[in-house]
Amino acid sequence: MSYCLYCHQSYSETWSWAALFGLNAEPLLCQSCTSSLELIMGDICRICGRPFSLFPEQYRHGDSCYDCIRWEEDEEWAGVLQQNRSLYVYNDFLKEVIANIKYRGDAELMKAFYPIIHKTCKPMIRDSILIPVPLSDERHYERGFNQAELLARGINRNLNFSLKRNIHEEKQSKKNRKDRVKNKSNPFDIINSEEIIDKRITLIDDIYTTGSTLRYAAKVLLDAGAKQVSSITLGR
Amino acid sequence: MRFVSYSLNNRLIVAPETLVENPDLKPVPFGELPEIKPQPLKSLFEYSEKLQQILYGKMLLLDELPFLLENIQKHFENGFVMYNPGVKKTKYGWQCNRCGNENNHLFASFSCFRCKSESCVYCRNCIMMGRVSVCTPLLSWTGPEVEHKLNHKLTWQGELSAGQQIASDRFVEQVGKCGELLVWAVCGAGKTEVLFHGIEKALKMGFRVCIATPRTDVVLELVPRLKKAFPDTSIASYYGGSEERGAPAQLVISTTHQLYRFKQAFNLLIVDEVDAFPYSYDKTLQHAASTAAHPDALHLYLSATPSRKMKKEVIQNRLPCVKIPIRFHGFPLPGPKLIWSGEWKKRLERGKLPPAFLRWIKSQAVCGRRAMIFVPSVSSIEKITELIRRHVEVIVDFVHAEDPLRKDKVERFRQEEIQLLVTTTILERGVTVPFLDVVIFGADHEVFSESALVQMAGRAGRSKDDHNGHVLFFHYGKSLSMLSAIKHIREMNKEAGF
Repeated sequence: MSYCLYCHQSYSETWSWAALFGLNAEPLLCQSCTSSLELIMGDICRICGRPFSLFPEQYRHGDSCYDCIRWEEDEEWAGVLQQNRSLYVYNDFLKEVIANIKYRGDAELMKAFYPIIHKTCKPMIRDSILIPVPLSDERHYERGFNQAELLARGINRNLNFSLKRNIHEEKQSKKNRKDRVKNKSNPFDIINSEEIIDKRITLIDDIYTTGSTLRYAAKVLLDAGAKQVSSITLGR
Repeated sequence: MRFVSYSLNNRLIVAPETLVENPDLKPVPFGELPEIKPQPLKSLFEYSEKLQQILYGKMLLLDELPFLLENIQKHFENGFVMYNPGVKKTKYGWQCNRCGNENNHLFASFSCFRCKSESCVYCRNCIMMGRVSVCTPLLSWTGPEVEHKLNHKLTWQGELSAGQQIASDRFVEQVGKCGELLVWAVCGAGKTEVLFHGIEKALKMGFRVCIATPRTDVVLELVPRLKKAFPDTSIASYYGGSEERGAPAQLVISTTHQLYRFKQAFNLLIVDEVDAFPYSYDKTLQHAASTAAHPDALHLYLSATPSRKMKKEVIQNRLPCVKIPIRFHGFPLPGPKLIWSGEWKKRLERGKLPPAFLRWIKSQAVCGRRAMIFVPSVSSIEKITELIRRHVEVIVDFVHAEDPLRKDKVERFRQEEIQLLVTTTILERGVTVPFLDVVIFGADHEVFSESALVQMAGRAGRSKDDHNGHVLFFHYGKSLSMLSAIKHIREMNKEAGF
């Protein structure tokens, strides 16, 4: 018997031969919490990884969504982010889980996603360097940890910290898309460009909302000589 | 966070690393410091009254105090503030100094940017109030106590029933002594009114008083009533998200969870619905209640259905108790009527309702009275509602704990816009609606304990003009809980002289 990492209820695993022989990775969430998470499946936007099933048909243009087309039409941003892939739909439940991690500080909860993110992301990140999207020092101190780094550790212990965030800006979650894109000064900086020159980079972050944070980070990396930048996030 | 320690005049002083510019001192995580002793009180120090008001009687995180770190450190050096350990190592594992949690699966560790330790252990039990870890100091006030004023006025002029009067007198008599008192009052006895005179006496003695209840809605309902009754008293409410938490107050109305923040703060602690979830179930909440009160405080417990353990203590004379067996309006509690309804579970699986239940539903729809229909589980709630809708024309709806429209639906039920409300045990307490019948579908189900059944039955007949609401238990064989609940109600009525 184990305790669900999120709701703390005790539960027992469903019976199966694989579980009996210890072949399954031990689930860390109970069945009811697991079923509240929605894995992204089916047709998705080629660029940002958003599932087409979740938004009105008129915002879809071929294989990408309207938001991505807007990014790609902008000369400055076209092609900056190769692609983003996300694990789950950013629904109310995931919102609540991520809020518990980020704002309440329950770092342990991130481990609930380790087995699945390890399994799904391993093939995507071959021969690329993993960089968690950094926090500013002030925010990092306030929170005590960086949730993107916690998530990245679930994929691979080998992380690169060449990216730095300088400006202590207002929390992104309090701004809308226009404000986020308008905010011209790029908060990111490179500490050590030798490590990334001509390399393929995978950025890791907790959520993809408008995609501007990831694009700012990608732009700095490309300007410093990276070959290509894509990203993986938990929620979309 | 990290601290440095050094000696000054043979005393060990600790200070946050950011405040000391001495490269010879090596900063260490807070939890690795040698034992910290309070500094001697320098009474000439000009302390901040605002800090005193906020921190007195509490244990708070630095993040919860709107003061500069330098300022807090000065208060420490002058003996007015103490840094206490947040999470301590014990013989068997860890202990949280805020909530008392010692359950190892509710501790975890992370690589901490504040103390630079690779595994900083923190408590997951009280994480909703901000993270307490090994490197997190909990601050307490060690300076002079807050003096509370003694002139208070009780403007409530209502009359107490005979039963309320006896309980109220007993309570008033106990105020000022230490110990415990259980007020065992039937549903609808009017518990709040019983408290007024005792609270008045305590406030006039300069006591700090707290009413703690397991549920936020009760806090929200009590605050305006008490503010009206005690217009000259400083009153603050504490619940997740409340704004008044920094305000100094002599009378605090709080959810039991918020008691984690208090340490030896109250001379009178009133715990409402001691038998209710989560208080009765969560040991750390009981720990919180005992540490939030002063060691020689009076603990007053309120309940309509005390736990078996409490009842036993009453019988053995270890817990003083006063009973109010009669409702405020002076009429007896309606006794439940048992109706055998066959294998209701199997019928439900086949999409059918038991005939006896169906007959009742139809007659209820015709007579036009409101009814609460309690069902054993959330999973069957929609199905039952749907089946009822097929047979009657009136408005039927359902509500459960996670229903986003819960408040709205209950309100519509009150306004008589919904006639039949199907619900789980979440509405067993607190909801008072006049002219109501209560029905329990599948009363023999194991989720319905004696206290749940008594509480649910207690929803009926709350008003003077309709003191005889119906209570029906539809069942497939009497369960022990059902029999005990019926006995409970019968005995209370007997005690009241009916």
